[in-house]
Amino acid sequence: MELIRSLNPSLLRVARMFVPTAALAEDVVQETWVAVLNGIDRFEGRSSLKTWIFRILTNTAKTRGERERRSVPFSSLDTEQGGFEPAVERSRFTGSGHWAVLPRAWPEDRLLAKETLSVLERAIERLPPSQRAVVTLRDVEGWTADEVRNALELSETNQRVLLHRGRAKVRRALEQYLSEEA
Amino acid sequence: MSIGLAHLNCRELVELVTAYLEGDLSSGERKRFDAHLSACDGCTTYVEQMRRTIELTGTLRVDDVSPEAEEALRHAFREWKAH
Repeated sequence: MELIRSLNPSLLRVARMFVPTAALAEDVVQETWVAVLNGIDRFEGRSSLKTWIFRILTNTAKTRGERERRSVPFSSLDTEQGGFEPAVERSRFTGSGHWAVLPRAWPEDRLLAKETLSVLERAIERLPPSQRAVVTLRDVEGWTADEVRNALELSETNQRVLLHRGRAKVRRALEQYLSEEA
Repeated sequence: MSIGLAHLNCRELVELVTAYLEGDLSSGERKRFDAHLSACDGCTTYVEQMRRTIELTGTLRVDDVSPEAEEALRHAFREWKAH
């Protein structure tokens, strides 16, 4: 059915963050639809149906991920190990912290081109798992900071740090692409 | 997140962009941020690029389910279950 098909790509994308393979993510989505079907009479409309379905999905995916013992440990961040990651390369600034090379405004026509979107998609795919999860849920799926913190069991600060680093890398990828042959 | 300095430099500002866009800066921090932006073309461009990056990322999204579609979906579920 059309509506289920329209939600499926999002569900798969989110499920994939909790389980190690695409096949398992598909299982999780199947299981989610069955749970939705069984629970629809208990759905009271306090949240949107979509939010409710995603909550079932993340719970199912987490359980499944733990069973596979391969769930991504979001709370043990790649932030702590890596130390400080500047949003912009140090070489872009002078010793006193001012721009040495100013960022240049992006050409609007190229920004909206299809190729730019695939550069963006690849940049998100290349992010470390926890940054990718936060950027995907916040900026692709449109979740709130609180929804992401709950689903991934992150502190407020960690959610923001992961979002900050992930977005900064995506911006850099776009900047690099858009500065090539004008 | 606190900024001890009276003035922010550009290198410091770029690290606060997410907190700024999230509305997580204190009012004092926000004032310093805005003051810097009003005097700095480079940082203005940077913040604008960050906004465009977020907007563009949002276009990868599958459209939200409209209230009408949501009602149809709930109805269909109940029908499906009844069989």
